[in-house]
Amino acid sequence: MKKFKPGKLLLYVILILYAVVTLIPFLWALGSSFKTLGEIVSGSINFFPKEFTFDNYKQIFLEQKLFPRWLFNSLFIGVAGTLLNLLFNSMAGYALARLSFPGKKPLFILILAILMIPAQVTMIPNYLILKEFGWLNTYQGMIIPAMINVTFIFMMRQFFINFPKELEEAAEIDGLNRFGVFFRIVLPLAKPALAAQAIFVFMGFWNDFMRPLIIMSDPTMFTLPLGLNTFKGQYISYWNYIMAASMVFTLPVLLLYGFFNRYFIKGISFTGGK
Amino acid sequence: MSNRNFSKAKAREAGQGYVFMSPTLLVLLLFIIGPILYAIFLAFHKVQLLGAADFQYVGFDNFTKIMNDEKAKIALWNTFKYVIIVVPVQTILALVLAATLNAGIKGQKFFRIIYFLPTLTSSAVLTLIFMWMYNQNGLFNKFLSIFGLPGYNWIGDPSIALNAIMMMNIWSTAPFYMVIYLAALQDIPESLYEAAELDGANVFQKFLFITVPNLRPVTSFVVIMGLIGTFQLFDQSYIFSGGSGGPNNSTLTVVLLIYQYAFKSMGTMGYAAAIAFALAIVILIATLIQRKFSKEESLY
Repeated sequence: MKKFKPGKLLLYVILILYAVVTLIPFLWALGSSFKTLGEIVSGSINFFPKEFTFDNYKQIFLEQKLFPRWLFNSLFIGVAGTLLNLLFNSMAGYALARLSFPGKKPLFILILAILMIPAQVTMIPNYLILKEFGWLNTYQGMIIPAMINVTFIFMMRQFFINFPKELEEAAEIDGLNRFGVFFRIVLPLAKPALAAQAIFVFMGFWNDFMRPLIIMSDPTMFTLPLGLNTFKGQYISYWNYIMAASMVFTLPVLLLYGFFNRYFIKGISFTGGK
Repeated sequence: MSNRNFSKAKAREAGQGYVFMSPTLLVLLLFIIGPILYAIFLAFHKVQLLGAADFQYVGFDNFTKIMNDEKAKIALWNTFKYVIIVVPVQTILALVLAATLNAGIKGQKFFRIIYFLPTLTSSAVLTLIFMWMYNQNGLFNKFLSIFGLPGYNWIGDPSIALNAIMMMNIWSTAPFYMVIYLAALQDIPESLYEAAELDGANVFQKFLFITVPNLRPVTSFVVIMGLIGTFQLFDQSYIFSGGSGGPNNSTLTVVLLIYQYAFKSMGTMGYAAAIAFALAIVILIATLIQRKFSKEESLY
C-alpha cells in the first residue's frame, strides 16, 4: 500500500496543475470584469480587484445600446434553431430507422457522405442563395439552413434502431396513428438522446462565428460573438468592458452545462465511435 | 384482396416516411446538395457581384491560379504547420490527462468538470481572453518576468503570433478529446491490467503496452476529428488579426483566405470556391492517409 503513495501524489500534482492551467484564464477574465479601468491600465496582476465595481456590466448594458439586442439575437436564434433541430432530426432519424419508403437507402448513404464535406464548400453558394431569397440579415437566414444536422440525424437513427418496437405496436393497437405514436410515445421516451442533442446544437448556434459573420452585416442583427468582436474594435483598450461582456456571453452555457452535465458526457461518449 | 391491402399499407407507410423526411429533404436540397453543385459551377467561373451577379466561364483557371498565388502558399503553409503541431500535441495531452484521471483517484468528477470548461466556451470569448493575456503588459509576459525571462510581443510579432494561437487552441480542445478517451478507457477489461501486474509491469509499462494499444481505434477517431478541425481554423485567426491574417500574413489560414477572397475582394468569389474545393480535397486525403496508417498499425 505504501509503495503506491508517491505515484498517487504525482497524479494529484499533475491533475491540480492542469486544473490551475485551465482555470487561470477564466478567473483572470472574471476578476478583470470587476476591475476599474485604472487598475486595468496599471497592469497589476491581482486576480481579485482592489476596488470591486459593477460599472463594467452597467456600462455594457446601458451605454452599449446594441448589447442587449445581440444577447436577444443569440438567444432567439439558438433556442428556435435548437427546437427545430430536435423535432426534424428526430423525425428524419425515426423515418430512417423505422419506416420503409423508396429511396431510403441512397438517402441514408447521402447523409453519411455529407458528414464528410467541410462547411467552407457550401459557404459561398449558401451566401448567394440567401441573398437571392432576401434572407441576408434575417433570423430565418441563420435558422432555416441549419434547422437540421446530419450528425444528429445519424445519431437519432442509431437510437431509434435500438428502440423497443413492442411499445409502438401496443400504442397502435390502442388506436394511435403513426404521428400519434411518434409524438406521444416515441419522443417522450427519447428524452436522454434529445437532451444531449439539445446541448450540442444550442452550443453550435450560440458559439457560431463564421455564419453570422457572413450572413449578418447590419449591427442590429449581430449575434454575441460578432458583437463582441466589433466591441473589441470599438473599445480597444477597455479590456474591463470586453471581459465583462465575455462573462455575460459565457454564463448561459455554464448554466446549461451545470444542469445537463451528465448528458454532456453521455452525448460525447456516444459520438466517441462506440 | 389482401395483396391490395398490403400494398395500400405500404404506400401509406411510404407517404409517412416522406412526411417525416420532408424538412430534412428541403434543407438538403436547398442548402447542402444544391450549394455543392453550385460551388462546382462557381469554381469554374469568374463571378462579379455588382448589382446582378455575372458569371464568366474560365475553365480550370481558378485552380491553376492557386499554384501561382503567393498568399495561398503562405496560407497553406501556415495551416499545415498548425495541423502538424496541434494534432499530435492535443492528442497526446488528451490521452495523458484521460489516463491520469482514470487512475482511480478521488475527485475525478470535479477535475473533469473543470477541464471541460474551455470546450464549452465560445472561440470568440476564449480568443479575446487570450488576446488580453498575450498583451505586451499582460499576464503571460508578467509570468515570464517572474522567472527573469524576456516577454514576447505575442500578437504583433509575426514569428510568434501563430504559436500563440496554437497554444490557445491546444489548451481549449485537448479536454474535449480527453472526455472521448475517458469513455473509451472504461471499456478496457480490468483483467488485462491484473494480468500485467502479475507479470510485474509498472505503471508506465501498463500504460504503454495495454492502455495505448487498446485505445487505438479511439485514437484514430480523435486524430481524424483533430485533422478536420485544425484544417478549418478560422475564428481565432480572424479575431486575433482583425480579419487580416496579420501581422505580415503570419496568422493567415486557408479558410481565412477563402473568406477574404469570397467576401472582401471583388471578382474573386469563383476563385474562393476553387480554394474551398482544394481544401476539401486536402482534408479528405489527410483523413485517408491517417486511416491507412491506423489500419496497418492494427495488423500487429
